[in-house]
Amino acid sequence: MMKWVKSNWFYLMVLVIALVLPLIITNRYYAQVITMSLLFAIGALSMNLILGYTGQMSLAHGGFFAIGAYGVAILTFRLGWNFWLALPAASLLAAFVGFLVGMPALRTRGSYFAIVTLCLGEIIYLIAGNWLELTGGHNGIVGIPVPSPIPIPSLGQLTFQSQIPQYYLVLFFLLLTVFVMYRLINSLRGMTFLATAINEDLAEAVGINIFRTKLLSFVVSNFFAGLAGGIYASLIGSISPSVASITMTFNFLMYVLLGGITTLAGPIIGAFIIPILLEYLQFLQDYQMILFGLLLIIVIIYFPTGFMGLYVKVRDKINKSKVRA
Amino acid sequence: MELFLQQVFNGVMLGSTYAIVALGLTMVFGILHVPNFAHGQMYMLGAYVCFFLITIFGFAYWPALALSAIVLALAGVALEILVFKPVRNTGGITPFIAALGALIILENSVVVLWGPEGHRIPNPYPGIIDVFGITMSTQRLLVIGVAIVLIILLQIFIKKTTLGSSIEAVAQNKEGATLVGINVNRVSALTFAISSGLAAIAACLVAPIFMISPSMGSLVGMKAFVIVILGGLGSIPGAIFGGLILGLIEAIGGGYFSAAYKDVFGFGALVLILTIKPMGLFGKEIKGR
Repeated sequence: MMKWVKSNWFYLMVLVIALVLPLIITNRYYAQVITMSLLFAIGALSMNLILGYTGQMSLAHGGFFAIGAYGVAILTFRLGWNFWLALPAASLLAAFVGFLVGMPALRTRGSYFAIVTLCLGEIIYLIAGNWLELTGGHNGIVGIPVPSPIPIPSLGQLTFQSQIPQYYLVLFFLLLTVFVMYRLINSLRGMTFLATAINEDLAEAVGINIFRTKLLSFVVSNFFAGLAGGIYASLIGSISPSVASITMTFNFLMYVLLGGITTLAGPIIGAFIIPILLEYLQFLQDYQMILFGLLLIIVIIYFPTGFMGLYVKVRDKINKSKVRA
Repeated sequence: MELFLQQVFNGVMLGSTYAIVALGLTMVFGILHVPNFAHGQMYMLGAYVCFFLITIFGFAYWPALALSAIVLALAGVALEILVFKPVRNTGGITPFIAALGALIILENSVVVLWGPEGHRIPNPYPGIIDVFGITMSTQRLLVIGVAIVLIILLQIFIKKTTLGSSIEAVAQNKEGATLVGINVNRVSALTFAISSGLAAIAACLVAPIFMISPSMGSLVGMKAFVIVILGGLGSIPGAIFGGLILGLIEAIGGGYFSAAYKDVFGFGALVLILTIKPMGLFGKEIKGR
């Protein structure tokens, strides 16, 4: 037990900080920013599965986030479902749509796949903006209820009206996502993902069914994208087609890349640092996106492994100098 | 019948601009094997340059169009050197990301500099011709005419001139081309120049018909990708046919079914075709790309 604690002290520390964070940060605005960061970390982690671990450039991620968001919004607001039923239903819907479109889309490779998913994302965006009866068109849906309270025997119930329980709700789902991703990528199945990402032809030669591997990764990835979207809709309370826009996909892409692709910690760090950085760069408002574009190019040319890659490099250097001394 | 012919005319007009934009995209892909996601934004930039030349500097329509093509050709070279050259020999998703970065910078720079609102270029040829009950505005006919001329000129350039053949040589075999003394860097820059210049001309041609705005490029860029894939990445005849097919699908789908969903028809057709032919209609098998 002690040994385990010793080797994982860093992660435990992060977990403890995450658990006490709402007690430290009392500013409502910052608390909101951090809750959203955790939420986007779920989306970024799920994108990392297909983008990093499986090497498939899916540009429809914002679209699947939106399917989850619209799913929860329509089920809870229009049909009066309980949130805890609507959330898995909406996530499963995103996964199912992922399965349906993955069947044709994943037959394509590389650039073709990137462009097909880009178009799929655009189709989802157009449908969200034009299917007035279902999605409310460009006005979107306003007044989505917060997550339904959970009854706790003899203690009353856990409500999600205020910020602190909302924070823990998102944290819970983030930890769940991290757990699933960790188990998945460290399993044999996860190794086949990585094999596909590194060399498709070789993976096929050693007997991996590439198509099924990619499809599984795509479906799981979209399930969690839908999950993040569902929670987002419920916490924000209103959604519009902009959740399906390409900007959403770009944001996830940025979190994954700047944080460190094909690592578990990278996307979370990215989703955390970038929105906070943005808060500090408020004065640059108009130039924000330009700066991001520049950052994206510089990072991909000079630090293709993002923040985590940089961290590993520095750590190795320190270790080396220790050995020498 | 008249409605049908009218839609076919509109489809051919749309399709010929799409074809010009897609031609540039497919040429760049043939050389670099990288989808230039910022291509639609170069198109948008071309329309803006044309707009400012006409409204602020008082240029006539044709000189503005020509100058805009030259300015964008230079911008294309800059894009190649600054963004695509550093990532040329990296594989995987790296070049995509660089292209996406360029897209974000270009689109948002225009928003910051000149605002998100739309502008209109005064129509130089407002006349209307009536043929067998189909109304054709002169500007629209002009679009089709210029597109045909451009496509023929490009074919002559690639097939008949040494410089043009070097583009085809690099597309076919980069190492082989280097061996016989072709400067691959120069050819890449040239291809980008032609590609962006073509996009600018297409944008200037349709600018008097539609509004220009910073977001006009993203949809056209995406459609150009649809076309290039329909025709097979790197295939020039594929881009021309693909452009016309998409224009017709949109005009007829939009005219008979629903205008709001006209873009869905185009993208839907892409998904459908790729289900049957994962490498596009005219595409060759490209492993690992």
